[in-house]
Amino acid sequence: MNKKTYSIPIGPVHPSLEEPMTFNFEIYGERIEKVNLAPGDNHRGIEFMGRQRNPIQIIYLAERICGICSASHPFAFCQAVENAAGIEVPERGQYIRVIIAELERIHSHILWAGIAGHELGFDSVLYISWRAREEVLDLLEYLTGNRINYGIFMIGGVRRDISEEQIPRIRKTLEYYKDIYGKLEDIFLKDPTIALRTKNVGVLTKEEALNLCAVGPTTRASGIKKDVRQDQPYSAYADLDVKAITPDVLTGEVNGDVYDRIIVRLLEVVQSIQIIEQCLENIPSGDIIAEKKLVKLLNQLKKAKGEGIGRHEAPRGEVFHYVKLAEAEVPEVWKARAPTYNNLMPWAPMLLGEQIADIPIVIASIDPCIACMDRVTILNKANGQKEVLTKKDLHDLSVQKTRRIAP
Amino acid sequence: MEYIKPEKIIELFKEKFNGSVTNNKIETKTAGLKKNSYSLIWLEIELKDFKEAVKFLCTIQFPHFAIISDNDTGEEIKLTYHFSIYYGERFKEISLNLATSLPKNNLKIPSITDLIPGAQTSEREIKEMMGVTFEELPDLPNVFLPIDFTKGVYPLRKDEKGVYPLSKNGKHIGGNITDKEEEVKKVE
Repeated sequence: MNKKTYSIPIGPVHPSLEEPMTFNFEIYGERIEKVNLAPGDNHRGIEFMGRQRNPIQIIYLAERICGICSASHPFAFCQAVENAAGIEVPERGQYIRVIIAELERIHSHILWAGIAGHELGFDSVLYISWRAREEVLDLLEYLTGNRINYGIFMIGGVRRDISEEQIPRIRKTLEYYKDIYGKLEDIFLKDPTIALRTKNVGVLTKEEALNLCAVGPTTRASGIKKDVRQDQPYSAYADLDVKAITPDVLTGEVNGDVYDRIIVRLLEVVQSIQIIEQCLENIPSGDIIAEKKLVKLLNQLKKAKGEGIGRHEAPRGEVFHYVKLAEAEVPEVWKARAPTYNNLMPWAPMLLGEQIADIPIVIASIDPCIACMDRVTILNKANGQKEVLTKKDLHDLSVQKTRRIAP
Repeated sequence: MEYIKPEKIIELFKEKFNGSVTNNKIETKTAGLKKNSYSLIWLEIELKDFKEAVKFLCTIQFPHFAIISDNDTGEEIKLTYHFSIYYGERFKEISLNLATSLPKNNLKIPSITDLIPGAQTSEREIKEMMGVTFEELPDLPNVFLPIDFTKGVYPLRKDEKGVYPLSKNGKHIGGNITDKEEEVKKVE
């Protein structure tokens, strides 16, 4: 029998994407036989732009690498510069950094939960979880002045303090999330339809995760206890008890499928709440920044020589920044790496052998921005017929599959 | 698995690659109120032993590979491979940064994708941004640059093969400033 495959390109660009991407699938019937990834449709050359800017200006560039990880990139970048220039961050500054980073994790994971629900055709989940996410965004606005792009990180510390009067408001929001967590757990872990659509779908084995250097919840869901906050505790994480969360904590087994990634993210929301509570209890008093006067700080950086790395466990995994200072106004080298960069290659083993209707949820499961499913062209090689699937068509396919298998 | 201290790791590397290790440094960083510490290793090794060094690193523990960072120093291109080992336990992880320099007239380095498949994306990025050839790396299309990007131009290079500067002072960002001064003026 002639084994005809069809090629389906998916992507590439959507304005809300952090990393727009084209997927080229070879499809046999409904099954994915081959995956080709073609990222880079929105490469902005941020590292190149950084060559014309001093380190303080680069913080603002780094913040805008990603709209959702807008605390993670400046966190890692500031650490890299501090390591290169030998600047020590005051303890209070370290604690505030961690609080902001963990609030970001809560909002990112809940945003992801909503998207996952939407991809499965479970739109009420999208509305419930995005409503829940508003609370933490409001809190971030209250603490930093902005819902995203917080503008709070500075080399040597943070720009805004958290005052005594603000703490009850933080606790109130944490209580809200403790209340709502039960609901999220009910929806995601006890709903039979979600289990049917996500169990044994998009499997990434432990060996594949290790070999392909996956990071974040993607690698933890495959059973690798890897978390920068645990392995190499930086900032205030060194005082706090952080353990990498793997799905066997809850279910006793590791499958490495989409369901496991949901478990890891949900448990990390709880973990983040605990971390913030520990921070609020132990936060020391004192300075929040090593050098308040920015002109002086810039002069210090201009004279500094050395190289440093900054790592931070962002909601999606390890963010890595490398900076080399060479007694000049601008850094000699600045290299930034987002977690999705490392999670690109694990997509291939996850998607192979799955059905077209599973593409949205598997792609969403590593938590990129999946709105890149803008337009899909199906090209029949045999007769050259062309058929265009829009994002909506693909979404409808996924919804139909949910309806079909729902008990 | 046996835990080898950072000092010992450097010794092992020196022993194995006698004379090839040109630079080594251990950094200890502390954080938080309790001032617990973790370690970083910076190693520089000659190109001829580079692949063997990565192979040797894989025998200590299969490393986590983060990224390759690139630096155009003028005469050479310095690549730093950022690894980490001993992940999975608190405070145990060691970041290992393995650097090597490539002369501009022969920009070739063996690919490590046979040892660590996850390094492929990064090698492809360096290939298109810096013009470094990775031996045995399959010839795949560009990762970040468009398919029709001008051949022979490498955006992150700071010499005549880079893109010409778009800033007013034209400093620091590379490119052949004198040749293309007229064009820069036009852009401005």
